[in-house]
Amino acid sequence: MRYVLLLRSNQPATPPPAGLMEAIMKLGEEATAAGALLDTAGLAPSAAGAKVSLYGGRLSVTDGPFAEAKETISYAIYEVRSKEEAVEWASRFLKLHRDLWDGWEGESDVLKVFGPEDFGN
Amino acid sequence: MPDTDPRRVVEAVWRIESARIIAGLARMVHDVGLAEELAQDTLVIALEQWPVDGVPDHPGSWLMATAKHRAIDLLRRQTRYQEKLELVGRATAAADDPDLAAELDDYVGDDLLRLVFTTCHPVLSTESRVALTLRLLGGLTTDEIARAYLVPESTVGQRITRAKRTLADKEVPIELPPPSEVAERLASVLEVIYLIFNEGYAATAGDDWMRPALCAEALRLGRILATLAPQEPEVHGLVALMELQASRTAARADADGAPILLQDQDRRRWDRLLIRRGLDALAHTEGTFGPYVLQASIAACHARAARAEDTDWGRIAALYGVLAHVSPSPIVELNRAVAVGHAEGPGPALAIVDGLDLPHYALLPAVRGDLLARLGRTDEAREEFERAAGLTRNARERSLFEARAAALAR
Repeated sequence: MRYVLLLRSNQPATPPPAGLMEAIMKLGEEATAAGALLDTAGLAPSAAGAKVSLYGGRLSVTDGPFAEAKETISYAIYEVRSKEEAVEWASRFLKLHRDLWDGWEGESDVLKVFGPEDFGN
Repeated sequence: MPDTDPRRVVEAVWRIESARIIAGLARMVHDVGLAEELAQDTLVIALEQWPVDGVPDHPGSWLMATAKHRAIDLLRRQTRYQEKLELVGRATAAADDPDLAAELDDYVGDDLLRLVFTTCHPVLSTESRVALTLRLLGGLTTDEIARAYLVPESTVGQRITRAKRTLADKEVPIELPPPSEVAERLASVLEVIYLIFNEGYAATAGDDWMRPALCAEALRLGRILATLAPQEPEVHGLVALMELQASRTAARADADGAPILLQDQDRRRWDRLLIRRGLDALAHTEGTFGPYVLQASIAACHARAARAEDTDWGRIAALYGVLAHVSPSPIVELNRAVAVGHAEGPGPALAIVDGLDLPHYALLPAVRGDLLARLGRTDEAREEFERAAGLTRNARERSLFEARAAALAR
Protein backbone atom coordinates (compact mmCIF):
# COMPACT_ATOMS: atom_id res chain seq x y z
CA MET A 1 0.00 0.00 0.00
CA ARG A 2 1.29 3.40 -0.94
CA TYR A 3 0.88 6.48 1.21
CA VAL A 4 1.72 10.12 0.60
CA LEU A 5 2.76 12.03 3.71
CA LEU A 6 2.48 15.81 3.64
CA LEU A 7 4.22 17.64 6.46
CA ARG A 8 2.81 21.05 7.42
CA SER A 9 4.06 23.36 10.10
CA ASN A 10 4.16 26.71 11.78
CA GLN A 11 7.89 27.31 11.76
CA PRO A 12 9.16 28.89 15.00
CA ALA A 13 10.91 32.23 14.74
CA THR A 14 14.22 30.55 15.61
CA PRO A 15 16.29 29.06 12.79
CA PRO A 16 16.31 25.27 12.49
CA PRO A 17 18.93 23.77 14.82
CA ALA A 18 22.07 22.37 13.24
CA GLY A 19 21.40 18.77 14.24
CA LEU A 20 17.88 18.62 12.84
CA MET A 21 18.76 18.26 9.18
CA GLU A 22 21.32 15.56 10.04
CA ALA A 23 18.74 13.64 12.10
CA ILE A 24 16.15 13.97 9.33
CA MET A 25 18.62 12.63 6.77
CA LYS A 26 19.49 9.71 9.07
CA LEU A 27 15.85 8.77 9.62
CA GLY A 28 15.26 9.06 5.88
CA GLU A 29 18.14 6.67 5.29
CA GLU A 30 16.64 4.26 7.81
CA ALA A 31 13.24 4.38 6.12
CA THR A 32 14.92 3.81 2.75
CA ALA A 33 16.98 0.92 4.12
CA ALA A 34 13.76 -0.59 5.46
CA GLY A 35 12.45 -0.61 1.91
CA ALA A 36 9.59 1.68 2.92
CA LEU A 37 10.51 5.19 1.73
CA LEU A 38 10.23 5.48 -2.07
CA ASP A 39 10.55 9.20 -2.60
CA THR A 40 10.78 12.40 -0.60
CA ALA A 41 11.76 16.04 -0.99
CA GLY A 42 11.51 19.33 0.85
CA LEU A 43 9.14 21.99 -0.47
CA ALA A 44 10.01 25.68 -0.83
CA PRO A 45 7.79 28.21 0.96
CA SER A 46 4.53 28.89 -0.86
CA ALA A 47 5.84 32.38 -1.70
CA ALA A 48 7.78 30.58 -4.46
CA GLY A 49 4.62 28.90 -5.75
CA ALA A 50 1.12 29.71 -6.94
CA LYS A 51 -2.44 28.47 -6.61
CA VAL A 52 -4.60 27.69 -9.60
CA SER A 53 -8.31 27.49 -8.81
CA LEU A 54 -11.65 26.97 -10.45
CA TYR A 55 -14.72 28.33 -8.68
CA GLY A 56 -18.03 29.29 -10.22
CA GLY A 57 -16.67 28.44 -13.65
CA ARG A 58 -13.85 30.98 -13.28
CA LEU A 59 -10.23 29.88 -13.52
CA SER A 60 -7.81 32.01 -11.53
CA VAL A 61 -4.12 31.97 -10.72
CA THR A 62 -2.88 33.49 -7.48
CA ASP A 63 0.81 33.80 -6.66
CA GLY A 64 2.00 32.64 -3.24
CA PRO A 65 2.34 32.99 -0.34
CA PHE A 66 -0.93 31.29 0.52
CA ALA A 67 -3.19 32.68 3.19
CA GLU A 68 -2.99 29.52 5.36
CA ALA A 69 -1.01 29.87 8.56
CA LYS A 70 0.82 26.59 7.96
CA GLU A 71 3.27 25.95 5.17
CA THR A 72 3.58 22.54 3.54
CA ILE A 73 7.26 21.79 3.98
CA SER A 74 7.85 18.32 2.58
CA TYR A 75 6.29 15.32 0.94
CA ALA A 76 7.21 11.66 1.25
CA ILE A 77 5.93 8.56 -0.51
CA TYR A 78 5.93 5.28 1.42
CA GLU A 79 5.24 1.68 0.46
CA VAL A 80 4.02 -0.09 3.60
CA ARG A 81 1.77 -2.93 4.66
CA SER A 82 -0.69 -1.01 6.80
CA LYS A 83 -1.86 2.50 7.62
CA GLU A 84 -0.33 2.10 11.08
CA GLU A 85 3.09 1.60 9.54
CA ALA A 86 2.78 4.86 7.60
CA VAL A 87 1.58 6.56 10.80
CA GLU A 88 4.60 5.14 12.64
CA TRP A 89 7.04 6.67 10.14
CA ALA A 90 5.19 10.00 10.30
CA SER A 91 5.37 9.88 14.11
CA ARG A 92 9.11 9.26 14.02
CA PHE A 93 9.62 12.38 11.89
CA LEU A 94 7.44 14.53 14.15
CA LYS A 95 9.27 13.25 17.25
CA LEU A 96 12.56 14.38 15.71
CA HIS A 97 11.19 17.90 15.38
CA ARG A 98 9.84 17.79 18.93
CA ASP A 99 13.17 16.62 20.35
CA LEU A 100 15.42 18.92 18.35
CA TRP A 101 13.53 22.15 17.63
CA ASP A 102 11.92 23.92 20.58
CA GLY A 103 8.55 25.37 19.76
CA TRP A 104 8.09 23.56 16.45
CA GLU A 105 4.48 22.64 15.81
CA GLY A 106 2.97 20.94 12.86
CA GLU A 107 1.15 17.99 11.43
CA SER A 108 1.54 15.30 8.83
CA ASP A 109 -1.33 14.16 6.65
CA VAL A 110 -1.08 10.43 5.93
CA LEU A 111 -2.99 9.87 2.68
CA LYS A 112 -3.49 6.54 0.97
CA VAL A 113 -2.82 6.28 -2.75
CA PHE A 114 -5.44 4.14 -4.48
CA GLY A 115 -3.98 0.75 -5.35
CA PRO A 116 -5.13 -2.61 -6.69
CA GLU A 117 -6.15 -3.63 -3.15
CA ASP A 118 -8.86 -0.94 -3.23
CA PHE A 119 -10.58 -2.40 -6.28
CA GLY A 120 -10.19 -6.17 -5.87
CA ASN A 121 -12.77 -8.40 -4.30
CA MET B 1 -1.57 8.05 20.97
CA PRO B 2 -5.11 7.90 22.36
CA ASP B 3 -6.70 7.65 18.89
CA THR B 4 -4.85 4.51 17.87
CA ASP B 5 -5.32 0.95 19.06
CA PRO B 6 -2.02 0.05 20.79
CA ARG B 7 -2.23 -3.50 19.46
CA ARG B 8 -2.16 -2.21 15.89
CA VAL B 9 0.74 0.07 16.77
CA VAL B 10 2.62 -2.94 18.15
CA GLU B 11 1.90 -4.81 14.91
CA ALA B 12 3.09 -1.93 12.73
CA VAL B 13 6.28 -1.37 14.73
CA TRP B 14 6.85 -5.10 14.73
CA ARG B 15 6.59 -5.22 10.93
CA ILE B 16 9.20 -2.49 10.69
CA GLU B 17 11.59 -3.85 13.33
CA SER B 18 11.20 -7.63 13.56
CA ALA B 19 13.84 -8.60 10.98
CA ARG B 20 16.45 -6.39 12.64
CA ILE B 21 15.55 -7.75 16.06
CA ILE B 22 15.71 -11.39 14.96
CA ALA B 23 18.99 -10.70 13.13
CA GLY B 24 20.53 -9.08 16.22
CA LEU B 25 19.36 -11.93 18.45
CA ALA B 26 20.64 -14.54 15.99
CA ARG B 27 24.12 -13.03 16.31
CA MET B 28 23.89 -13.29 20.10
CA VAL B 29 22.47 -16.81 20.43
CA HIS B 30 23.83 -18.35 17.18
CA ASP B 31 20.52 -20.03 16.36
CA VAL B 32 17.79 -18.58 14.14
CA GLY B 33 15.08 -20.73 15.74
CA LEU B 34 15.98 -19.56 19.21
CA ALA B 35 16.31 -15.99 17.96
CA GLU B 36 12.80 -16.10 16.58
CA GLU B 37 11.41 -17.53 19.82
CA LEU B 38 13.04 -14.75 21.82
CA ALA B 39 11.70 -12.19 19.37
CA GLN B 40 8.22 -13.65 19.71
CA ASP B 41 8.52 -13.42 23.51
CA THR B 42 9.38 -9.77 23.06
CA LEU B 43 6.34 -9.22 20.88
CA VAL B 44 4.14 -10.84 23.53
CA ILE B 45 5.60 -8.55 26.20
CA ALA B 46 4.86 -5.52 24.02
CA LEU B 47 1.32 -6.71 23.36
CA GLU B 48 0.79 -7.04 27.12
CA GLN B 49 2.49 -3.85 28.24
CA TRP B 50 1.78 -1.21 25.60
CA PRO B 51 -2.03 -1.30 25.91
CA VAL B 52 -1.61 -0.81 29.69
CA ASP B 53 1.41 1.50 30.01
CA GLY B 54 1.08 3.26 26.67
CA VAL B 55 3.26 3.00 23.60
CA PRO B 56 6.88 3.84 24.45
CA ASP B 57 8.31 7.00 22.96
CA HIS B 58 10.79 5.11 20.79
CA PRO B 59 9.02 1.79 20.24
CA GLY B 60 11.68 0.34 17.93
CA SER B 61 14.48 0.88 20.45
CA TRP B 62 12.23 -0.43 23.21
CA LEU B 63 11.67 -3.70 21.33
CA MET B 64 15.36 -4.09 20.55
CA ALA B 65 16.44 -3.42 24.14
CA THR B 66 13.80 -5.76 25.57
CA ALA B 67 14.75 -8.50 23.13
CA LYS B 68 18.44 -8.18 24.00
CA HIS B 69 17.67 -8.42 27.69
CA ARG B 70 15.67 -11.58 27.07
CA ALA B 71 18.60 -13.06 25.19
CA ILE B 72 21.04 -12.14 27.94
CA ASP B 73 18.75 -13.63 30.58
CA LEU B 74 18.47 -16.81 28.59
CA LEU B 75 22.21 -17.13 28.01
CA ARG B 76 22.84 -16.57 31.72
CA ARG B 77 20.52 -19.43 32.57
CA GLN B 78 22.13 -21.80 30.13
CA THR B 79 24.58 -24.35 31.46
CA ARG B 80 27.51 -23.18 29.40
CA TYR B 81 26.99 -19.85 31.09
CA GLN B 82 30.54 -18.62 31.34
CA GLU B 83 31.54 -19.61 27.87
CA LYS B 84 28.55 -17.99 26.25
CA LEU B 85 28.82 -14.93 28.42
CA GLU B 86 32.13 -14.12 26.86
CA LEU B 87 30.40 -14.10 23.50
CA VAL B 88 27.76 -11.67 24.68
CA GLY B 89 29.98 -9.71 27.04
CA ARG B 90 29.88 -6.91 24.58
CA ALA B 91 26.10 -6.97 24.36
CA THR B 92 25.73 -7.16 28.15
CA ALA B 93 27.91 -4.13 28.63
CA ALA B 94 26.12 -2.37 25.81
CA ALA B 95 22.76 -2.73 27.50
CA ASP B 96 23.96 -0.38 30.25
CA ASP B 97 26.14 1.88 28.15
CA PRO B 98 24.50 4.18 25.58
CA ASP B 99 27.69 4.63 23.52
CA LEU B 100 28.24 0.91 23.22
CA ALA B 101 24.55 0.40 22.44
CA ALA B 102 24.88 2.84 19.55
CA GLU B 103 27.97 1.03 18.35
CA LEU B 104 26.09 -2.24 18.54
CA ASP B 105 23.38 -0.78 16.33
CA ASP B 106 25.98 -0.19 13.62
CA TYR B 107 26.22 -3.93 13.29
CA VAL B 108 22.55 -4.26 12.48
CA GLY B 109 23.17 -4.03 8.73
CA ASP B 110 25.64 -6.89 8.85
CA ASP B 111 23.29 -8.83 11.12
CA LEU B 112 20.51 -8.60 8.53
CA LEU B 113 22.87 -9.62 5.77
CA ARG B 114 24.09 -12.62 7.80
CA LEU B 115 20.47 -13.58 8.45
CA VAL B 116 19.44 -13.44 4.79
CA PHE B 117 22.45 -15.50 3.75
CA THR B 118 21.40 -18.04 6.39
CA THR B 119 17.70 -18.24 5.45
CA CYS B 120 18.74 -18.64 1.80
CA HIS B 121 21.46 -21.19 2.58
CA PRO B 122 21.89 -23.89 -0.11
CA VAL B 123 21.63 -26.59 2.56
CA LEU B 124 17.86 -25.84 2.61
CA SER B 125 15.33 -26.81 -0.04
CA THR B 126 14.11 -23.96 -2.22
CA GLU B 127 10.64 -23.93 -0.68
CA SER B 128 12.17 -23.88 2.83
CA ARG B 129 14.38 -20.95 1.86
CA VAL B 130 11.35 -19.06 0.59
CA ALA B 131 9.24 -19.80 3.67
CA LEU B 132 12.01 -19.03 6.17
CA THR B 133 12.96 -15.80 4.38
CA LEU B 134 9.37 -14.57 4.31
CA ARG B 135 8.97 -15.50 7.98
CA LEU B 136 12.20 -14.08 9.42
CA LEU B 137 13.07 -11.25 7.01
CA GLY B 138 9.58 -10.41 5.78
CA GLY B 139 7.93 -10.74 9.18
CA LEU B 140 4.99 -12.60 7.61
CA THR B 141 2.98 -14.99 9.75
CA THR B 142 2.76 -18.67 8.86
CA ASP B 143 -0.89 -18.10 7.97
CA GLU B 144 -0.01 -15.25 5.59
CA ILE B 145 2.64 -17.35 3.84
CA ALA B 146 0.19 -20.25 3.53
CA ARG B 147 -2.47 -18.01 1.98
CA ALA B 148 0.08 -16.53 -0.40
CA TYR B 149 1.19 -19.95 -1.60
CA LEU B 150 -2.25 -21.60 -1.55
CA VAL B 151 -1.08 -24.37 0.79
CA PRO B 152 -2.29 -25.39 4.27
CA GLU B 153 -0.83 -23.46 7.19
CA SER B 154 0.52 -26.72 8.67
CA THR B 155 2.60 -27.27 5.51
CA VAL B 156 4.28 -23.89 5.87
CA GLY B 157 4.76 -24.49 9.59
CA GLN B 158 6.50 -27.79 8.86
CA ARG B 159 8.71 -26.22 6.20
CA ILE B 160 9.85 -23.55 8.64
CA THR B 161 10.38 -25.99 11.51
CA ARG B 162 12.31 -28.36 9.26
CA ALA B 163 14.41 -25.51 7.89
CA LYS B 164 15.38 -24.32 11.38
CA ARG B 165 16.22 -27.88 12.42
CA THR B 166 18.35 -28.43 9.32
CA LEU B 167 20.29 -25.24 10.00
CA ALA B 168 20.90 -26.38 13.58
CA ASP B 169 21.70 -30.02 12.72
CA LYS B 170 24.16 -29.09 10.00
CA GLU B 171 25.61 -26.43 12.29
CA VAL B 172 25.30 -23.77 9.62
CA PRO B 173 27.07 -20.73 11.06
CA ILE B 174 25.18 -17.44 10.90
CA GLU B 175 27.85 -15.51 9.09
CA LEU B 176 28.75 -13.83 5.84
CA PRO B 177 30.03 -16.27 3.24
CA PRO B 178 33.79 -16.29 2.59
CA PRO B 179 34.80 -14.25 -0.48
CA SER B 180 35.22 -17.38 -2.58
CA GLU B 181 31.54 -18.27 -2.04
CA VAL B 182 29.93 -14.84 -2.15
CA ALA B 183 28.85 -14.98 -5.80
CA GLU B 184 27.18 -18.38 -5.47
CA ARG B 185 25.53 -17.60 -2.12
CA LEU B 186 24.32 -14.22 -3.33
CA ALA B 187 22.81 -15.91 -6.38
CA SER B 188 20.77 -18.09 -4.02
CA VAL B 189 19.51 -15.02 -2.11
CA LEU B 190 18.55 -13.26 -5.34
CA GLU B 191 16.84 -16.38 -6.64
CA VAL B 192 14.71 -16.67 -3.49
CA ILE B 193 13.64 -13.02 -3.71
CA TYR B 194 12.83 -13.28 -7.42
CA LEU B 195 10.86 -16.51 -6.84
CA ILE B 196 8.78 -14.68 -4.24
CA PHE B 197 8.22 -11.81 -6.68
CA ASN B 198 7.17 -14.13 -9.51
CA GLU B 199 4.77 -16.03 -7.28
CA GLY B 200 3.04 -12.72 -6.57
CA TYR B 201 3.22 -11.67 -10.22
CA ALA B 202 1.47 -14.90 -11.23
CA ALA B 203 -1.49 -14.10 -8.98
CA THR B 204 -4.78 -13.68 -10.78
CA ALA B 205 -7.97 -11.78 -10.08
CA GLY B 206 -9.92 -13.34 -7.23
CA ASP B 207 -6.84 -14.71 -5.49
CA ASP B 208 -6.32 -13.94 -1.82
CA TRP B 209 -4.75 -10.47 -1.57
CA MET B 210 -1.72 -12.01 0.11
CA ARG B 211 -0.65 -13.39 -3.28
CA PRO B 212 -0.11 -10.13 -5.15
CA ALA B 213 1.26 -8.74 -1.86
CA LEU B 214 4.23 -11.08 -2.39
CA CYS B 215 5.43 -8.71 -5.15
CA ALA B 216 5.56 -5.83 -2.68
CA GLU B 217 7.27 -8.10 -0.15
CA ALA B 218 9.93 -9.21 -2.63
CA LEU B 219 10.50 -5.61 -3.70
CA ARG B 220 10.91 -4.58 -0.08
CA LEU B 221 13.43 -7.40 0.53
CA GLY B 222 15.29 -6.40 -2.63
CA ARG B 223 15.42 -2.74 -1.61
CA ILE B 224 16.70 -3.72 1.84
CA LEU B 225 19.34 -5.93 0.25
CA ALA B 226 20.43 -3.11 -2.07
CA THR B 227 21.15 -0.98 1.00
CA LEU B 228 23.01 -3.84 2.72
CA ALA B 229 25.11 -4.86 -0.28
CA PRO B 230 25.34 -1.73 -2.46
CA GLN B 231 28.57 -2.95 -4.07
CA GLU B 232 26.82 -5.88 -5.78
CA PRO B 233 25.53 -4.91 -9.25
CA GLU B 234 23.29 -7.96 -9.53
CA VAL B 235 21.36 -6.85 -6.42
CA HIS B 236 20.61 -3.53 -8.12
CA GLY B 237 19.86 -5.46 -11.29
CA LEU B 238 17.24 -7.57 -9.53
CA VAL B 239 15.72 -4.53 -7.80
CA ALA B 240 15.57 -2.71 -11.16
CA LEU B 241 13.95 -5.73 -12.79
CA MET B 242 11.31 -6.01 -10.07
CA GLU B 243 10.60 -2.24 -9.97
CA LEU B 244 10.15 -2.19 -13.76
CA GLN B 245 7.97 -5.30 -13.86
CA ALA B 246 5.88 -4.06 -10.93
CA SER B 247 5.39 -0.73 -12.73
CA ARG B 248 3.12 -2.53 -15.21
CA THR B 249 0.87 -4.19 -12.62
CA ALA B 250 -2.17 -1.99 -13.25
CA ALA B 251 -1.91 -2.37 -17.04
CA ARG B 252 -1.24 -6.05 -17.46
CA ALA B 253 -4.76 -7.48 -17.13
CA ASP B 254 -8.18 -6.34 -18.30
CA ALA B 255 -11.23 -5.93 -16.08
CA ASP B 256 -11.93 -9.68 -16.34
CA GLY B 257 -8.40 -10.57 -15.36
CA ALA B 258 -7.33 -11.65 -18.85
CA PRO B 259 -3.66 -10.86 -19.48
CA ILE B 260 -2.81 -8.00 -21.84
CA LEU B 261 0.37 -8.38 -23.90
CA LEU B 262 3.08 -5.79 -23.38
CA GLN B 263 2.60 -4.18 -26.79
CA ASP B 264 -1.16 -3.80 -26.18
CA GLN B 265 -0.95 -2.34 -22.67
CA ASP B 266 -2.22 1.16 -21.92
CA ARG B 267 1.14 2.69 -21.02
CA ARG B 268 -0.51 5.63 -19.27
CA ARG B 269 -1.32 3.15 -16.51
CA TRP B 270 2.32 2.24 -15.92
CA ASP B 271 3.59 3.44 -12.56
CA ARG B 272 6.00 6.30 -13.30
CA LEU B 273 7.51 6.30 -9.80
CA LEU B 274 8.46 2.62 -10.04
CA ILE B 275 9.85 3.12 -13.56
CA ARG B 276 12.02 5.97 -12.31
CA ARG B 277 13.21 3.87 -9.37
CA GLY B 278 13.91 0.94 -11.69
CA LEU B 279 15.96 3.09 -14.05
CA ASP B 280 17.80 4.63 -11.07
CA ALA B 281 18.65 1.17 -9.73
CA LEU B 282 19.85 0.12 -13.17
CA ALA B 283 22.15 3.15 -13.28
CA HIS B 284 24.13 1.52 -10.44
CA THR B 285 25.03 -1.43 -12.67
CA GLU B 286 26.79 0.23 -15.57
CA GLY B 287 29.40 -1.90 -17.29
CA THR B 288 28.18 -5.16 -15.74
CA PHE B 289 26.39 -7.96 -17.54
CA GLY B 290 24.91 -10.33 -14.97
CA PRO B 291 21.64 -12.06 -15.81
CA TYR B 292 19.48 -9.76 -13.64
CA VAL B 293 21.17 -6.63 -14.98
CA LEU B 294 20.55 -7.82 -18.53
CA GLN B 295 16.90 -8.71 -17.89
CA ALA B 296 16.40 -5.35 -16.20
CA SER B 297 18.05 -3.62 -19.17
CA ILE B 298 15.56 -5.31 -21.47
CA ALA B 299 12.66 -4.29 -19.21
CA ALA B 300 14.07 -0.75 -19.27
CA CYS B 301 13.88 -0.67 -23.09
CA HIS B 302 10.14 -1.27 -22.80
CA ALA B 303 9.77 1.21 -19.94
CA ARG B 304 11.49 3.96 -21.96
CA ALA B 305 9.18 3.53 -24.95
CA ALA B 306 6.21 5.89 -24.60
CA ARG B 307 4.41 3.94 -27.34
CA ALA B 308 4.87 0.27 -28.32
CA GLU B 309 6.13 1.32 -31.75
CA ASP B 310 8.92 3.39 -30.13
CA THR B 311 10.49 0.23 -28.64
CA ASP B 312 14.19 -0.14 -29.41
CA TRP B 313 13.96 -3.75 -30.59
CA GLY B 314 17.49 -3.71 -31.97
CA ARG B 315 18.84 -3.03 -28.50
CA ILE B 316 16.55 -5.65 -26.98
CA ALA B 317 17.73 -8.25 -29.50
CA ALA B 318 21.36 -7.39 -28.71
CA LEU B 319 20.71 -7.65 -24.94
CA TYR B 320 19.08 -11.06 -25.41
CA GLY B 321 22.16 -12.03 -27.39
CA VAL B 322 24.38 -11.20 -24.41
CA LEU B 323 21.94 -12.88 -22.01
CA ALA B 324 22.03 -16.04 -24.15
CA HIS B 325 25.79 -15.96 -23.73
CA VAL B 326 25.73 -15.34 -19.94
CA SER B 327 22.97 -17.81 -19.11
CA PRO B 328 22.21 -19.90 -22.17
CA SER B 329 18.67 -21.26 -22.49
CA PRO B 330 16.32 -22.00 -25.38
CA ILE B 331 13.70 -19.69 -23.77
CA VAL B 332 16.16 -16.79 -23.96
CA GLU B 333 16.82 -17.68 -27.61
CA LEU B 334 13.10 -17.71 -28.31
CA ASN B 335 12.78 -14.24 -26.76
CA ARG B 336 15.75 -13.11 -28.83
CA ALA B 337 13.98 -14.40 -31.94
CA VAL B 338 10.89 -12.32 -31.10
CA ALA B 339 13.07 -9.21 -30.71
CA VAL B 340 14.93 -9.96 -33.95
CA GLY B 341 11.55 -10.43 -35.63
CA HIS B 342 10.66 -6.86 -34.68
CA ALA B 343 14.10 -5.40 -35.37
CA GLU B 344 15.11 -7.14 -38.60
CA GLY B 345 12.01 -8.90 -39.84
CA PRO B 346 10.50 -12.40 -39.74
CA GLY B 347 13.12 -14.10 -41.93
CA PRO B 348 16.17 -13.81 -39.64
CA ALA B 349 13.93 -14.52 -36.64
CA LEU B 350 12.63 -17.73 -38.17
CA ALA B 351 16.20 -18.91 -38.71
CA ILE B 352 16.78 -18.63 -34.92
CA VAL B 353 13.48 -20.35 -34.04
CA ASP B 354 14.16 -23.24 -36.43
CA GLY B 355 17.32 -24.07 -34.50
CA LEU B 356 15.47 -24.43 -31.17
CA ASP B 357 14.49 -27.63 -29.45
CA LEU B 358 11.71 -26.93 -26.95
CA PRO B 359 9.31 -29.87 -26.99
CA HIS B 360 5.89 -29.30 -25.38
CA TYR B 361 6.51 -25.56 -25.07
CA ALA B 362 3.46 -23.87 -26.58
CA LEU B 363 5.11 -20.52 -27.18
CA LEU B 364 7.61 -22.00 -29.64
CA PRO B 365 5.00 -22.94 -32.29
CA ALA B 366 3.09 -19.74 -31.43
CA VAL B 367 6.12 -17.55 -32.19
CA ARG B 368 6.92 -19.63 -35.25
CA GLY B 369 3.32 -19.32 -36.44
CA ASP B 370 3.45 -15.56 -36.08
CA LEU B 371 6.68 -15.33 -38.08
CA LEU B 372 5.38 -17.65 -40.81
CA ALA B 373 2.17 -15.62 -41.06
CA ARG B 374 4.21 -12.46 -41.56
CA LEU B 375 6.17 -14.24 -44.29
CA GLY B 376 2.89 -15.12 -46.04
CA ARG B 377 3.30 -18.87 -45.40
CA THR B 378 -0.33 -19.08 -44.23
CA ASP B 379 -0.92 -22.84 -44.16
CA GLU B 380 2.24 -23.55 -42.19
CA ALA B 381 1.38 -20.69 -39.83
CA ARG B 382 -2.10 -22.10 -39.18
CA GLU B 383 -0.64 -25.52 -38.35
CA GLU B 384 1.77 -23.94 -35.88
CA PHE B 385 -1.03 -22.10 -34.06
CA GLU B 386 -3.07 -25.32 -33.93
CA ARG B 387 -0.04 -27.07 -32.45
CA ALA B 388 0.37 -24.27 -29.90
CA ALA B 389 -3.33 -24.52 -28.93
CA GLY B 390 -2.88 -28.25 -28.37
CA LEU B 391 0.16 -27.77 -26.17
CA THR B 392 -0.91 -25.00 -23.79
CA ARG B 393 -2.63 -25.78 -20.51
CA ASN B 394 -3.81 -22.21 -20.12
CA ALA B 395 -7.40 -21.77 -21.32
CA ARG B 396 -6.98 -18.08 -22.21
CA GLU B 397 -3.86 -18.83 -24.23
CA ARG B 398 -5.60 -21.69 -25.99
CA SER B 399 -8.48 -19.51 -27.19
CA LEU B 400 -5.97 -16.89 -28.34
CA PHE B 401 -4.06 -19.46 -30.45
CA GLU B 402 -7.28 -21.02 -31.80
CA ALA B 403 -8.45 -17.59 -32.89
CA ARG B 404 -5.18 -16.97 -34.75
CA ALA B 405 -5.46 -20.39 -36.44
CA ALA B 406 -9.08 -19.76 -37.43
CA ALA B 407 -8.21 -16.33 -38.87
CA LEU B 408 -5.49 -17.93 -41.02
CA ALA B 409 -7.89 -20.61 -42.33
CA ARG B 410 -10.02 -18.01 -44.09
